[in-house]
Amino acid sequence: MDALHSLLDGFGTALSPLNLLWAAVGVLLGTAIGVLPGIGPAMAVALLLPVTYGLDPVAAFIMFAGIYYGAMFGGSTTSILLNTPGESAAVVAALEGNPMAKAGRGAQALAAAAAGHFAGGLIGTVLLVALAPTVADLAVDIGAPDYFALMVLAFIAVTSVLGSSRVRGLASLLIGLTIGLVGLDQMTGQQRLTFGSLQLADGVDVVIVAVGLFAIGEALWVAAHLRRGAAEPIPVGRPWLDRADLRRTWKPWLRGPLIGFPFGAIPAGGAEIPTFLSYVTEKRLSKHKDEWGKGAIEGVAGPESAASASAAGTLVSMLTLGLPTTAVAAVMLAAFQQYGIQPGPLLFEREPELVWGLIASLFVGMVLLLALNLPLAPLWARLLRIPRPYLYAGILFFAAVGAYAVGGEVVDLVILLVIGLLGFGMRRYGLPVLPAVIGVILGPGAEQQLRRALQISDGSVTGLVDTPFAVTVYAVIVVLLAWPLLRRPARRLRGRGRAPREGA
Amino acid sequence: MTTPADPSAAPAGRRAWLRDHSELGVCGMLLALGVLVLTDALTMDVDLTQRGPVGPRTVPLVVGAGLLVVAAALAVDVLRGGRGHAEGGEDVDLSEPADWRTVLLLTGVFLGAAVLIEPAGFPVAGALLFWGAAFALGSRRLDRDPLIAAVLSFVTYAVFDKLLGVPLPGGPLMGAL
Repeated sequence: MDALHSLLDGFGTALSPLNLLWAAVGVLLGTAIGVLPGIGPAMAVALLLPVTYGLDPVAAFIMFAGIYYGAMFGGSTTSILLNTPGESAAVVAALEGNPMAKAGRGAQALAAAAAGHFAGGLIGTVLLVALAPTVADLAVDIGAPDYFALMVLAFIAVTSVLGSSRVRGLASLLIGLTIGLVGLDQMTGQQRLTFGSLQLADGVDVVIVAVGLFAIGEALWVAAHLRRGAAEPIPVGRPWLDRADLRRTWKPWLRGPLIGFPFGAIPAGGAEIPTFLSYVTEKRLSKHKDEWGKGAIEGVAGPESAASASAAGTLVSMLTLGLPTTAVAAVMLAAFQQYGIQPGPLLFEREPELVWGLIASLFVGMVLLLALNLPLAPLWARLLRIPRPYLYAGILFFAAVGAYAVGGEVVDLVILLVIGLLGFGMRRYGLPVLPAVIGVILGPGAEQQLRRALQISDGSVTGLVDTPFAVTVYAVIVVLLAWPLLRRPARRLRGRGRAPREGA
Repeated sequence: MTTPADPSAAPAGRRAWLRDHSELGVCGMLLALGVLVLTDALTMDVDLTQRGPVGPRTVPLVVGAGLLVVAAALAVDVLRGGRGHAEGGEDVDLSEPADWRTVLLLTGVFLGAAVLIEPAGFPVAGALLFWGAAFALGSRRLDRDPLIAAVLSFVTYAVFDKLLGVPLPGGPLMGAL
């Protein structure tokens, strides 16, 4: 009941005319960005980080949340009409959505996706309201060792769950940690990796790292491999669903969140796994198995609903534990740091207006999205025709604005370019970008918590594992690390009879 | 590896091997970074600042050592035939070789804008950045490109400087207006 009361207060915040305006700006920007090829939600929020210097936190986060949900919404449009999903979460939408569009049922595919996002987002956010205060209460007296354990979990999760190569993920994480070391040590004032430079003594701003890796790195990478003659989007009318479609889609819409929400809350790669799981589930349960691969509407409805619900799940662990499980959450965490706000169990106590305003604005945003996107879909589809030189020149332009706004210093632009070139190299050699960003954002905090914990225990390592919470988290980490080893014997058992092959 | 009989083929073979194994450069970079972090940590003078059992040196030592280990592990992986998969995307065509000219041009345009932003002001430098980048990326609409660049740059300046209160340099142009 307490949560409901707080939520009502939150609606009071979110429905003020100005915040309503920011929510609308957020969902419009988010949808546009999601539709635009080449810009994902993480890059979008990163490029908009400079507004944190001018906006108050409530307004900024209401806008960011709108961008997050809006970009999910928009991303599926690209997948369905263009068949070249940019965001990993939208890959599944293309599997059935694009064949539907080719068969002239693009409008139905878009409607199934839009309503799926609405249902998934709605159910996910209700679960968020129900669960987040409880998680925050449970975690409210966690101390330095627990925080450190959580951050180690984030590091391990992004390096070993995501991506195909653990070594490359780890390399990326260590690069991020190294960038995070630059500057004055927060506890002693010792200069580290500054080489006597005053500019570096302040450290490298998280905004510059995020914008450099996500925006400049991506723009340069695409520039080096720009597709000649971009794919033509399939023209589409106003989305609608008839009764037969509705009968096939309402169950997938409701099932999606059950898969999406839990996967969003744990560090397992955001919407990628749940959308795929939802796809497989719907395929198994479908009565129209012959249509799969040729445009089965359940294959759009379920995964899209799961995707939005996973975004809500992501917010649970981000707001209550300060644990970012996706790139967008990582960049939003950076925004919290810009305001000097520490997300975590105390956030609900210290910043109730911000948290509940943010959560209420998610509901507002979803209604806005549904109201805007169904009628505007043909207009959004036109965005797919934007000349690519303008698109990527615009990304470079706004990246420069963002980096310069950090401190009004030219040297920041040079650092931005260097980090952008680093991001380019990482894309070339398959080093994932997310671990590096997580390393920069969480690294300094993790070091502080580690040292604080060891100070309390007077240097004894047992001080890191003396709470049940920390022990639980380390147990999860061990399972994550041992997963490939556990999986291999299982697979061998299943593949008996085939020649045994030693994997490296 | 087999030794080619024709001596003139040897350098070509080596070049091809290096191109195939260019990812070893990443290992080299990680190695250099690790050495840098370790050197910085070990030359740190911590006697005055040490408080508590863990000083400012410990974490850099761990990170530096980690970089060395990862560099070695990656080298092993590459020599065994492992490859990092270049990232795909909506507008990315990996079947063509990389277009280095565009990347260099964009880098140059960006640096040029960085140099200009203070003397010329943001509206001018920003417009040149957008136009230059669009030009480098292959847009040749001389009637449209500069106009879009100027409008975008000016509107951004107005929004950030006047509306959001994030100061951007106006330069002589804004001073004159």
